[in-house]
Amino acid sequence: MTRITELPTDEVVLPGNRACAGCGIGIGLRAVTKALEGRLVLVNPASCLTVLGGMFPTSSVAVPWVNVAFPSTAAAAAGLAAGLRATGRADEMTVLAMAGDGGTSDIGIQALSGAAERNDDFIYVCYDNEAYMNTGTQRSGLTPRGARTTTTWTGKRENPKDVPRIMEAHGIPYLASTSAVFPTDVYDKVVKARSIEGLRYIHMSTPCPSGWQFDPKDTVTIGQLAVETGLVALYEVEDGAFRLTGRSASLARSGKRKPVADYIRMQGRFKGMAEEDIAAVQAWVDQRWAGYIARHEASAGESTGA
Amino acid sequence: MSHAKTRVMTGNEAAAHAARLARVQVVAAYPITPQSPVVETLSEWVESGELPAEFVTVESEHSALTVCITASTVGARTFTATSANGLAYMTEQVWWAAGARLPIVMGIANRAMAAPWSVLNDQQDSMSVRDAGWVQLYCRNNQEILDTLVQAYRIAESLYVPVMVCYDGFLLSHTMMPVELPDPDTVDAFLPPYHPLTVVDPDDPRNIGPVTLADPRPDAEGVARNGYMEFRALHHRALLGALETIERVDAEYGAATGRTWGGLLWEHRLDDADVVLIAAGSLGTQLTVAADELRDEGMNVGVLGIRSYRPFPAVAARDALDGRSLALVFDKALSYGHEGPICSDIRSALQSRTGAPVVYGAICGLGGRDVSPADLADATRRAVADRAAGIVDREPDWINLHLEEDAR
Amino acid sequence: MRDRSHDISMSRPAAGEAGRTGDWRNARPVMVAERCLAVRQGTVTCQICWVYCPDACIAQGVGPVIDLEHCKGCGICAEMCPASAIQMRPESVHGVCAVEEGER
Repeated sequence: MTRITELPTDEVVLPGNRACAGCGIGIGLRAVTKALEGRLVLVNPASCLTVLGGMFPTSSVAVPWVNVAFPSTAAAAAGLAAGLRATGRADEMTVLAMAGDGGTSDIGIQALSGAAERNDDFIYVCYDNEAYMNTGTQRSGLTPRGARTTTTWTGKRENPKDVPRIMEAHGIPYLASTSAVFPTDVYDKVVKARSIEGLRYIHMSTPCPSGWQFDPKDTVTIGQLAVETGLVALYEVEDGAFRLTGRSASLARSGKRKPVADYIRMQGRFKGMAEEDIAAVQAWVDQRWAGYIARHEASAGESTGA
Repeated sequence: MSHAKTRVMTGNEAAAHAARLARVQVVAAYPITPQSPVVETLSEWVESGELPAEFVTVESEHSALTVCITASTVGARTFTATSANGLAYMTEQVWWAAGARLPIVMGIANRAMAAPWSVLNDQQDSMSVRDAGWVQLYCRNNQEILDTLVQAYRIAESLYVPVMVCYDGFLLSHTMMPVELPDPDTVDAFLPPYHPLTVVDPDDPRNIGPVTLADPRPDAEGVARNGYMEFRALHHRALLGALETIERVDAEYGAATGRTWGGLLWEHRLDDADVVLIAAGSLGTQLTVAADELRDEGMNVGVLGIRSYRPFPAVAARDALDGRSLALVFDKALSYGHEGPICSDIRSALQSRTGAPVVYGAICGLGGRDVSPADLADATRRAVADRAAGIVDREPDWINLHLEEDAR
Repeated sequence: MRDRSHDISMSRPAAGEAGRTGDWRNARPVMVAERCLAVRQGTVTCQICWVYCPDACIAQGVGPVIDLEHCKGCGICAEMCPASAIQMRPESVHGVCAVEEGER
């Protein structure tokens, strides 16, 4: 695992950009672009990242960047990959699609599923801030149960989709779940993904101070708590083998997950959430976590048995 | 030395041949009747190695045009084709491709819009996206489909605007006709490589198509750069420039292959015509048969065919219609609650002109409703009688309409 | 043929696209150098503040250097510093953030 001081110091994310103070995207984007050493073309639909990228004629991120329509991210990345191959430039850069949770799990899932089935050659990073934050915090398919949004005023009733599992069902060569506030975990996964051909999907949990309603200074703390409660798991699936990584792997060893209530009570979006709803989320997390542990141990058993 | 070969083929095959002759580099394919044989044919050539292109079998029309958009952004020559609801589904990207100034060429096998379902021909699909900023060219026969598609790349890549080449579903898409295939060297000489405006280079990073403000905004050096409205004005200027480019490209293609298609407009027995029949696509060919029949009866009838619907050749149409008595416009599409789209454009081209003809509209062929030259001749006789009766404003004549309630 | 390179909306990168985002700040991060692990060890170690800055406003170093012209004052660096070497001090005058001597 790469240490913080071993990360490349070159920065393509420029100061003075338009993102909110404490936005988790900047932390994650810095790690992603460091892993690609700036040799990338970024495909971006309408999203908070577009805001970070800035308005014409100035860009806040010094990489080739192609803005695309909201539902089209994965198809746009497929077209870039095809175009670069057709013009003999495929080796010059990695195609990186980066979309939010709404752009991925809702309006973009059809194009993403098509690209995954074709195993098109690009990395897709979903930065998951758990609602349509750019348009004013409307619920998405990845908004967690209990969260108040501007379209779920009393708290969302449903659990979010498990997009990494949907992507895994496509049989893609690499998929990972990570968190923007674990930059070295992000970095290592993108470095690995870079060396693999085909569609590589990385789901990056990304705390949002304004939408989740917490003090911007707590972006990293809250993101870490999401992992420490098991609500977000750091893992990767490479050629079908599941492996917990980093903090999630150590949690698997220690068994000391924190209660989700600790995480929920730090955020305004869960204000007034009933105890039974918190208990339901805890049960949901416990069940998912047990699944992660079972798969993690099964893969570990296979690799030691082999 | 030209080594052109003539083969009998459908309009869809002619479209596929054109894409191959243009050496397209990325093809996006999604099936829809009656377009599907275009991409099926291209797929066969890509798999056999005859066409060295990337073939992306997307999961929707929205993605088909998306693939063309981004592949074109990195400098690849792209092609796709669609019809009806497929075009409607990709409408968001139709606007995107044009606004991004990408020289994509797309074949449209014209088909009626649902609901209710119809797989048969009219021109409602492409006419519904006339305002999106693409060049739209309409074809009369399979040879024109092939030639126009090759020309389309020249037009698109010199002006940085996308081009739709529209041809009637089934009537042309599935009808066999002899088509002369130009020699590939002739096409290569006619069609230079594509050089994109977009820059995709990690050593010179640019952000393409970002949020753009209403007003010009200074860059980091303090130089005011265009606002949204300025970009739209430049786009409009490029489309107006296409009026000249379409004519010139058709002429240059004629010099290379011996075939021209009239540039913006084509005409049939128009010289001394008092009554001018107007349409786009294969309906125009039907009109020439009707006109010949009426000429035999002693009526001075001619045909003005619309090849370029966008940009609309308003000045050329005005000149062609100056001094005539009647212009009868046949539309295979309708702006519901108003009239046929070509009819409106002809009216606006002629407005406030002294000596301009009276303009009548006719609606025909919706959802594949058969319309024969005899029907068109009848409609013309009705119109001539109305004109003689001094009628200036007339509701569109619906040809071959048999409403159930009218029969009761 | 005219130069068409300005016919399309295509940006070039530069810092400060949103202006001097330091103006957004309510509180500014102030390094207490003697507490910084990197300073104390005299080597580029730790750099937690650097890695977590969403705006790339902190340059690696012994110790790290903060770009106060653009720092939005989120306070993540102060919150995460394991040595409490960064303190958030309220801006006395909003909208004016001239950098005081010795703070850079």
